[in-house]
Amino acid sequence: MHLRSSAALVAAVFLSLSQAFADTKPVTIAAPWEVASYDVAVSGFAIQKLEILENLVDADENGVLEPGLATEWAASDDGLTWTFTLRKAVKFHDGTDFDAASAALALRRAWQQPGILEKAPITAIEAGDGTVIFSLSTPFAALPSLLAHATTIIPAPASFDTDGKPVALIGTGPFAVEKFTPPQSISVTRFEGYWGDAPEIETASYLAAGRAETRALLAESGDADIVFSLDPAGFSRLSAVDTVKTTAVPIPRVVTLKVNAAHPFLDDPRARQALSLAMNRKGIATAITRFPESVASQLFPPALNMWHNTSLSPLKHDVEAAKALLAELGWAAGEDGILVKDGDRFAVTLRTFPDRPELPLIAAALQDMWREIGIELTVDVNNYSMIPQGHQDGSLHLALYARNYGLTPDPVGTVLQDFGSAGGDWGAMGWDRPDVAEALARVAATDDEAARAADIALVTKAIQDELPLIPVVWYQHTVSVAQDLENVIIDPLQRSYGLSEMNWAK
Amino acid sequence: MTQTNPFIAALAQRGLQAVVVALIVGIVSFAMMQALPGDAAYRIAAGRYGYDMMDAASAELVRQELGLDRPFWAQLLQWLGALATFDLGQSAVYGTPVIDEIATQLGYSLLLAAGAVVVSVLIAVPMGIAAGLRPGGLVDRVSLGISILLRAIPAFALGVVLVLIFAVQLKLFPVAGFRGPQHLILPSLTLGLGLAAVSNRVVRDAVVEAMDAEWRLFARTKGLSARLTLVRHVLRNASLPVVTYVGVQMAYLIEGVVIVETVFAWPGIGHALVHAIFGRDIAMVQGTALALGLIYVALNLVIDLACRAIDPRTRAT
Repeated sequence: MHLRSSAALVAAVFLSLSQAFADTKPVTIAAPWEVASYDVAVSGFAIQKLEILENLVDADENGVLEPGLATEWAASDDGLTWTFTLRKAVKFHDGTDFDAASAALALRRAWQQPGILEKAPITAIEAGDGTVIFSLSTPFAALPSLLAHATTIIPAPASFDTDGKPVALIGTGPFAVEKFTPPQSISVTRFEGYWGDAPEIETASYLAAGRAETRALLAESGDADIVFSLDPAGFSRLSAVDTVKTTAVPIPRVVTLKVNAAHPFLDDPRARQALSLAMNRKGIATAITRFPESVASQLFPPALNMWHNTSLSPLKHDVEAAKALLAELGWAAGEDGILVKDGDRFAVTLRTFPDRPELPLIAAALQDMWREIGIELTVDVNNYSMIPQGHQDGSLHLALYARNYGLTPDPVGTVLQDFGSAGGDWGAMGWDRPDVAEALARVAATDDEAARAADIALVTKAIQDELPLIPVVWYQHTVSVAQDLENVIIDPLQRSYGLSEMNWAK
Repeated sequence: MTQTNPFIAALAQRGLQAVVVALIVGIVSFAMMQALPGDAAYRIAAGRYGYDMMDAASAELVRQELGLDRPFWAQLLQWLGALATFDLGQSAVYGTPVIDEIATQLGYSLLLAAGAVVVSVLIAVPMGIAAGLRPGGLVDRVSLGISILLRAIPAFALGVVLVLIFAVQLKLFPVAGFRGPQHLILPSLTLGLGLAAVSNRVVRDAVVEAMDAEWRLFARTKGLSARLTLVRHVLRNASLPVVTYVGVQMAYLIEGVVIVETVFAWPGIGHALVHAIFGRDIAMVQGTALALGLIYVALNLVIDLACRAIDPRTRAT
């Protein structure tokens, strides 16, 4: 029985191979992220990057919003109703028309699933005459930005079965799915009925390769034309290979330390400042992440334009100052060098996870650095769901993770979630600053640039002064591109691989 | 003694075994998943939405959707009831039918396993026979040395070395992926070399034993040529342990090649099972374990039948 199915598989593989030989050379993209679901709430990130499904709102590589499947949008005077005018004469890959009903259906579904829309004050999503209308309970200026997010891409009604379960990936994008082999690959072909300019590339495939060594070898051998997320060793090796060019693009992702500010050892801002001062960020950025310029001087990196506050004084490395702050708080070194106060040892646990391989290494470095100021750190490398769980049940002391503030072109949704009242699973914990929560609510409600700037400055300064989250390093996105592939735009927001823009050198 | 066709009896025995295996595997894997530490709703939400979107609210939605707050026996009974209608349910993480996932991944795993066994047999059988015919000779000693060396290299390192030589330097085969038969060669070679390192010694020992047997002396004395003795008697007898061993290797290959699958980005069932366990994807774990259990039963049946075909003594009764 298995012989026959193997033979059928070989035949199928051959068939898809011959189909893949179209006129122009196919582009192969390799990245670590697996795609295994038809549900855009689950695998929207991969689908959006391949330009299979599209958003109502698009964004360029600088985060400036552009028309997507909606040509224009406007809020009512009270800010409680948003109307998005939809592009006409757009077809889904199955030949059906994209219309208000299909857009409203997809967005209502996205709103009910865990995702970005869940965080907005939406009360209803309805189809109008060639429009989609959002009703809100409070003004929310960042709504268009949320509609550029990966979980708000628009699948065709035919992507769902009669029970509403997603069973296919049918969109309006310039590329349509040819073959989907979960969790490792997707092949796409150019969609001839696309509403926009036709891409030059005719076929492309995506391969999820979990190991960094494999990805570097794929790039070096020319098996993959664009390879994302290289490890430091692979990146430096590929820099010396003639057939590929390597680039590192700063992205709005930050390795940060979440601190339980309600913990008796950590509830004073001076204790958190001491943790920060004892960190040798330069050492971590040089030896572990290998981009010395990516030391985090504040939480939000320069890629986040408005949120990067140039007037803040950068976070410093000063072990003696850290020791002095802890002494001020009444801590004194015990027999083994670990600090003691009222019979309590300064022993805390840090939770992190191995999905990003540099995190456990950074945790080990922190363990060493903090020992120098008399703090005993236990590192617990576990599933990352232990961090939100520890936030909810209050058992968390410290957590180390990488937070993406570029999920949407305007990060206010994520910042609000992290630093709003009561904090957030991936943000502040036990940090009580009602003025910050109010300022963020005002930033979310208005698009008046001057008013926003003043409130953003208040928020970023409060975070820098009191460190509810202690930033460690900013991220660089490492990519290798085949030498003869032109016009490849590396999107810092990671919304697109830019397949529709690139072309082979003539 | 009643006259039952031994062939039918073997089939019936293995069929009954399959039902028992299905029940035990389903219940044991369910119990093991329940015993793992951590909150399943959180783990499943983590597997579904990734660290950028997963939070406590999504975990609570998952708990509601999958009914994870029900007592464990209610969840187990539901799975067993569905199994009775050949329904393996849906992946908790991906929402796709478990049967579809297994069908795809098992197909790729079987393909890779078959490739590895072919490589292993092509290398091990000629080498083992050559070594076994002259125990202690040059071929025997050299093959022993190479076997030890290959066995000592972890499959992961061997795979990367083969990729560096054949894909990056010589550009003969692709590095990873699975778009055509050429993609099968390096992972098959990686696994096959490791298997051949052991199985060529099994072949060698079987040949040595057969060559020393009294029945071989008898065959030669009755006037059979050395070549005919080898082909008709020695190889036939020596093949029994080898066929059994290849069966064992096949079973090991189907489930135990996670690292090689990961290095070569091969969408196999071992990789899927490991991910399902991490993600607490109970339906996927149960379905995958069930498929593997049934494959063992089927493999045992095939090996029984093969040995029966090779060895006439088992057919006499």
